Amino acid sequence: MQLLIGTQAVELDKEGFLKQLTDWNEEVAIKIAQQEHIQLTAAHWEIIELLRKFYQLYELSPSMRALVKHTEQTLGAEKGRSVYLLQLFPPSPAKLACKIAGLPKPLNCI
Amino acid sequence: MTTNNKSITCKKLLFISRHAPYGTSLAKEALDAILAASAYDQNLSLLFMDDGVFQLLSAQDPSDLEQKNFAAMLPVLALYEIENIYVHFESLQARQITINELILDGVQVIDSKTICSLLTQQDQLLSF
Amino acid sequence: MSTLHTVNKSPFTHTTLLSCLQICGEDDGILLLEDGVFGAIKSSPCSEQLSIIMQKGIKIYALMGDVKARGLQEKLHPDIHITDYNGFVQLSIEHRCVQSWY
Repeated sequence: MQLLIGTQAVELDKEGFLKQLTDWNEEVAIKIAQQEHIQLTAAHWEIIELLRKFYQLYELSPSMRALVKHTEQTLGAEKGRSVYLLQLFPPSPAKLACKIAGLPKPLNCI
Repeated sequence: MTTNNKSITCKKLLFISRHAPYGTSLAKEALDAILAASAYDQNLSLLFMDDGVFQLLSAQDPSDLEQKNFAAMLPVLALYEIENIYVHFESLQARQITINELILDGVQVIDSKTICSLLTQQDQLLSF
Repeated sequence: MSTLHTVNKSPFTHTTLLSCLQICGEDDGILLLEDGVFGAIKSSPCSEQLSIIMQKGIKIYALMGDVKARGLQEKLHPDIHITDYNGFVQLSIEHRCVQSWY
């Protein structure tokens, strides 16, 4: 699978995750989000940024539970709820947010 | 073997990680396995012993090996609500490692005798 | 019975058997297999600890095929029990958990 950004092609795996994590940039994120029918807003970018920092720190893609907990610790209880994340990245927040943030697929996402 | 409902839905699993990081993939596999298992709401514990205690050294920097840093990954266990983390005292002692050199604040240092009884409380042991 | 410990490394090159002996409880059993059977011979570096543990009533088994293959039949510690794969299965059933030391 390929994602076309202007004249540049970015390689995706069969589930739509980046093959090369270094291919990620904001334009790539917007394109992947569009394919998932998500229009990125500031609230989305906040989570994307949080995820990218999480990955830098732990070198892991978080599961849903870990994402909720980490969001709570970083952005507060209001946003650290699965309902909030579900609204932004339906129907599978951890998986979709990781995909858009250019992270590998979460390990324990079935 | 008990067959009551509780033992079916919630099992006590102890992951035993006995190998040093980087040289083989065993240490990483132990971590991946316990993180994956955390999705199933079981009672999980993790024990570091023998060369496995080297995974906890905070001074690790494997950037030259292009491998992931254990010291960076281990704190993530708390986010996955894996709170029973044990380190074998005699293994630390044999390697002259002090608790101040370890990355995890929440680890419980336990001796051989305590490990012996910890093992008897488990439904399943997973060796790495 | 609580834990069956299996050890598959030689005590001449690894500390695996020693680690196992350190945390082995009185209701436990130890099965030596593959290169672990070198731990069952009289000249093993763990021979003395093995004797102490066996005096406590802990049973130590060695897998026949592995002993025979390595020509160790005559060199075994006298109190070691010899078993085969059927025995291995039986031991796994009799114990609550299996811990493999490798």
